[in-house]
Amino acid sequence: MKGGITVRVKLKVALLSIFTFLVAGNPLVIAEDLDPFLGVKGTLRIAGGTAHIPAMKEAAKRIMHINRDIKITIAGGGSGVGIKQAGEGLVDIGNTGRKATDNEIKRYGLKMFKFAIDGIAIVVNTENPVVRMKKAEIMDIFSGKLDNWKALGWKDRAPNVYTRDASSGTRKVFWKKALKKGKITKTANFVKSHGAMKSAISVDPYGIGYISVGYLDNTVASVSLDGVSPSLENVRKGNYSIARGLYMNTKGDPSVLTRLFIDYIMSKEGQKIVVEKGFIAVN
Amino acid sequence: MRPSIEKFAEKSFLLSALLSASITIFIFSFMFLFSLPLFRGGKIVEFLKLGWNPYDGKFGVLPMMVGTMIIASFAILIATPFGIGCSALISVFSQRNFGRFLRKLVEFMTGIPTVIYSFVAIFLLVPLVREIFQKGTGMCVLSASIMLALLILPTIVLFLTDAFNSVPKNYLSAAEALGATPVQKLMYVIIPSAWKGIISGLVLAAGRAAGDTMISLMIAGNALQIPKGLSDAARTLTSHIALIIASDYESPEFKSIFVCGLILFVFTMLIVLVLRLLGYFEILRER
Repeated sequence: MKGGITVRVKLKVALLSIFTFLVAGNPLVIAEDLDPFLGVKGTLRIAGGTAHIPAMKEAAKRIMHINRDIKITIAGGGSGVGIKQAGEGLVDIGNTGRKATDNEIKRYGLKMFKFAIDGIAIVVNTENPVVRMKKAEIMDIFSGKLDNWKALGWKDRAPNVYTRDASSGTRKVFWKKALKKGKITKTANFVKSHGAMKSAISVDPYGIGYISVGYLDNTVASVSLDGVSPSLENVRKGNYSIARGLYMNTKGDPSVLTRLFIDYIMSKEGQKIVVEKGFIAVN
Repeated sequence: MRPSIEKFAEKSFLLSALLSASITIFIFSFMFLFSLPLFRGGKIVEFLKLGWNPYDGKFGVLPMMVGTMIIASFAILIATPFGIGCSALISVFSQRNFGRFLRKLVEFMTGIPTVIYSFVAIFLLVPLVREIFQKGTGMCVLSASIMLALLILPTIVLFLTDAFNSVPKNYLSAAEALGATPVQKLMYVIIPSAWKGIISGLVLAAGRAAGDTMISLMIAGNALQIPKGLSDAARTLTSHIALIIASDYESPEFKSIFVCGLILFVFTMLIVLVLRLLGYFEILRER
């Protein structure tokens, strides 16, 4: 008797999974924004900004799911890498977390596509109770002038400043908008991506750094600036000032598949992904 | 074997030897040519003297040179006694089979990728170092040196055991006949006659320590200061290249990394040269 039930349950599970497979794999029930990809073949290479990766990955997953003939690869490297590789034709789309400079646009003939707005949050370890700071205090911490958490009412330990490497667009925007082009201390630690920044801060109780709002989760604590927290709401309304556009860049006019991808990101469903991943939609 | 085949074999060996040698020379000239523009007009002094601050037009790599030197030296300093101890255990003190097992274990160690060492260190070593010093991030000269020491240990041990094993057996027999204990054998017979092997092992290890990128990139902290103590974060020439390579091709930052490469090249060459000279003088003294 017992055996019979198990068999029946197993059969049910099997049928259910076959059904799910059919539904998920059936092109008739997917959203229409993905339709243009049907019947297209090819490879799309994407590299550059690391803030973009979660949204890009989700879009790529959905596209590759409905059409196995399309292959999309996504790499990081930072905004500098995005510009360079797109400009030299090594990738089809180069992502940047900042606008390409006039010089870069002229040299490579780049076209920019802004697809999201992203806030840059200042983050500390979850053990750190100092989650409200003034802009001047942030500047002092990053320049090395404020060299003890005690001054902000915590332990008698020096803050460990983390910053990003030369290729980072996030670093450029943060430096301009949060530090007002002020100095960053020479003792600052350098990390190479948003993910690396998050894991560095999450294991260093005395660390302070900055990441894309899209990367925020409960492994780190975000700091409110002059009483304004880096929430999506505040970024959208413009109350939180450290924000920037996220761009896709192509060399000249995009090719067919590249164009389709960009259109998809700009479509209703694509912009929904952008929102799901913690950014602000532009359309 | 027919002479023509032999000749063919000889020629192809010569070719592969020439190829590997010429690649070294080619890389050196490539580095040199590309850094030439920066050498002209006395800019090189600036290069060696100033700190690194691209926004200020300063492209000095002195902090990275010092960082490389300090981290590599500490790695050698930590690894050498352990290396000598391990090799002595393997080839002098332990039972034959146990020694062989240990050696196999060390050979296995050479195959561990450096990124694995760094990854493990981030979770196990870095928090420990942070709490010991009670300041900084734990990503510092000491952490990087310890992991680099672990990385170069197999190189040292393999060279040293080979050197220890090639000490003529009759020396050892003579020492035993005089009633020498194993420790005395090691101190007065084996180490003095294996001197050259020890040097080559250390030379290779030093080169590896100075040239490794992943460990220093991940756990030395990459700060732009000149490290003043073991708890300070530092940046090595190799991680500097890795951090800058993604910047614009036309920028002075990018051009400067050729000089970094050249310095690194000269650096390892100097290490080899100095230690070779040491060995050479040792041979002269023996005569």
